[in-house]
Amino acid sequence: MSESGKTSKRQFRNISLADLTRYRFPIGSIVSILHRISGAFMFLLLPAILWLLDKSLYSEISFEYFKGITSHWFVKLVLLALIWAYLHHVCAGVRHLLMDMHMGLDKPTSKQSGILVLSVSLTLTALVALKLFGAF
Amino acid sequence: MANDNIGNHRMVVGAHYGLVDWLAQRVTAVLMLVYTIVLLVAFLLSGDIGYEGWGGLFAQQWFKLLTFATFIGLFYHAWVGMRNIWMDYIKPIGVRLLLQVLTIVWLVACVGWTIQILWRM
Repeated sequence: MSESGKTSKRQFRNISLADLTRYRFPIGSIVSILHRISGAFMFLLLPAILWLLDKSLYSEISFEYFKGITSHWFVKLVLLALIWAYLHHVCAGVRHLLMDMHMGLDKPTSKQSGILVLSVSLTLTALVALKLFGAF
Repeated sequence: MANDNIGNHRMVVGAHYGLVDWLAQRVTAVLMLVYTIVLLVAFLLSGDIGYEGWGGLFAQQWFKLLTFATFIGLFYHAWVGMRNIWMDYIKPIGVRLLLQVLTIVWLVACVGWTIQILWRM
C-alpha cells in the first residue's frame, strides 16, 4: 500500500491474503467459493459416507450399529455439515447449469439467483437440523 | 508464457485441454440430481423406513445398477473438481502430480469398495 504514494486513492491490484478480510465479496463469489469448499469437504468425507452406507446395508445387526452411531450428537453435527454441503453444492450446481445455458447472466438476475441459492440451501439445512435434533 | 504451453510443451499436470471434462462434469451432475430425486421419492414413499425398507430398496438389481452408475459418475465428478482445486492452488508440478495421482488411486479404490457394498448383501 505504501508504494502507491503518488496518489491518495487506494489502488486495487492483486489482493493479498490479508486483504481478504476487508474485501467485500459479491454474492456470486460467495456462492462460488462455498461451492468449492462444500465439494472438497464431501470429497474428504467420502470414506465416512461409504463406511456408513456399508454399515446401513450389510445386515440387520450392522443397521442397528449404524443407527447407534448416527444418534451421537457429534456424528449428527458432521452429518448436518455434509447435508449442508450437499444442498449448497446442488443448488449452486443448478444455478451453474442454468448459466451455462445463458440463463440469468445479467447482473441483477445473477445476484437474485445467488441469494436464492443461499436461502434455499440454508433453509433446507435448518429444517434437517430441526428434524435431526428432534424438534419435530 | 501461455504460448509456451502448446504441443510438446504442454504441462503434464494440466487439464485435458478440451470439452470432455467440462461436459462430463455437467452430465454427471445431472445424473446425481436424478438419483437424488429417485432416492428421495423412494424414501418418502416408504414412510417409517427401517432395515426392511432400506435394505429392500438396495436389494433390487435395477437400484444397485443405478446406484453404481451414479457413484461412478460421482467419482469422475470428484476427480475433475479436485484436479481443478490442485491446479488452482498447488503450483509445484511434482507436488501437484503426486496429489493428482493420489486422488485417482483413492477414487479407483472407492469404485471397488462401492461394488463390495452393493453386491455382497
